Amino acid sequence: MALKLYGAPMSTGTTRVMIALHEKDLDFELVPVDLFAGEQKEPPFLSKNPFGLIPALEDGDLTLFESRAITAYVAEKHNETGTDLIRHRDLKESALVKVWKEVESQQYDPAISPIVYQHVVAPIRGQSPDQAIIDANVEKLGKVLDIYEARLSESKYLSGDFYSLADLHHLPFTYYFMKTPYASLINERPHVKAWWEDISSRPAFKKVAEGMTFGDL
Amino acid sequence: MLKKKPDRKQDRSRNSKTKKTKKTILIMATPVKVYGPPLSTAVSRVLACLLEKDVQFQLLSINLSKGEQKKPDFRKIQPFGQVPAFQDDVISLFESRAICRYICEKHPEKGNKGLYGTNPLAKASIDQWLEAEGQTFNPPSSVLVFQLAFAPRMKLKQDETLIKKNEEKLAKVLDVYDKWLGERRFLAGDEFSLADLSHLPNTHYLVNATDRGELFTSRKNVGRWWDEISSRDSWKEVVNMQKSG
Repeated sequence: MALKLYGAPMSTGTTRVMIALHEKDLDFELVPVDLFAGEQKEPPFLSKNPFGLIPALEDGDLTLFESRAITAYVAEKHNETGTDLIRHRDLKESALVKVWKEVESQQYDPAISPIVYQHVVAPIRGQSPDQAIIDANVEKLGKVLDIYEARLSESKYLSGDFYSLADLHHLPFTYYFMKTPYASLINERPHVKAWWEDISSRPAFKKVAEGMTFGDL
Repeated sequence: MLKKKPDRKQDRSRNSKTKKTKKTILIMATPVKVYGPPLSTAVSRVLACLLEKDVQFQLLSINLSKGEQKKPDFRKIQPFGQVPAFQDDVISLFESRAICRYICEKHPEKGNKGLYGTNPLAKASIDQWLEAEGQTFNPPSSVLVFQLAFAPRMKLKQDETLIKKNEEKLAKVLDVYDKWLGERRFLAGDEFSLADLSHLPNTHYLVNATDRGELFTSRKNVGRWWDEISSRDSWKEVVNMQKSG
């Protein structure tokens, strides 16, 4: 039975899942959800995610929402094939993957997503970017990236010398962020820059990046 | 290594019958350490999990008002300078939700065995609501906890615009929860799980330490769910620790 992923090819949550599916060499069908028509806020999609957000995954009888729960499920279900994304064989390594997944979720995402929203998405919706929000979050993100710079000078990837879901989860927003004038936050920190160049050159990501066309004219 | 403060009640033995007294309790040393005050929402999330899983631990105090969490020694185990931090015989960790997941996976046979699910499908459902808590519930509720419960105590000025905006956000989120909980007892199904647990800290403050508790209590299913999860022994013990900590 094929996996069905409901979402949109340029959405950060949907792409987060697609990258993981590609890393695990899994076939899936991307079922488009029309964001501009508000399809995600209406039945039948609401029965897949009561919060009215994409993506949602269907795997047989199981329906899941929240991209980071979906990637964890996929990585664990298929933990013997494809790229090892969760390091389940080693208690220490898997613990550090958990830590840096939460860091992405609780420290990185809240700082980077408003910048991407204001700079990339707001104009598409006919809103002018709120520079005060951008500036405040650029400052916040800089402080987070200082910690990343120190961390990545100790190990090649966030959870150790191995690529994992912790790194993968950063890809979607950072990809859009690198197209803004604030990309220097990444480029000015040598270890962060090297890490970004490494993880964004992985084939699984490149496949997905082709569809990430927010902000392209 | 941080210095222990000998006059503070630290050790929480699950076997101790004297835990309600102010005497220092002597227990066998345990390698499991949690750093941070029990009043902190993120610290209390970890404490609730350890208690549900029957894992003995030592609680080591960090004085936030003195900025102990920002000191270089502490940043070695928590580079963002926040609480909690966690150590056991294997590793040092931070981020409360990562710590909780780790505790459950390391000790599947202890305490509440189903807390993080006993099969992959159950675990996925729990993860889904743990993510919803972290991504959707926590942002507006934690702003309200700070603005309404902590800012007054710290004699900081409240931001009325921020309060109003986040109240509206949280109300919309809780409408979704109310519908969901009308169809099931707990967030991930019939059993209490880590997903419900993760909501305890912020909700506790909003219901008990602010005048916005009705956000929860006026919604029939959310109110029913809150009564049930907050009456668990593990959470009652955390609340006791908050009162005496």
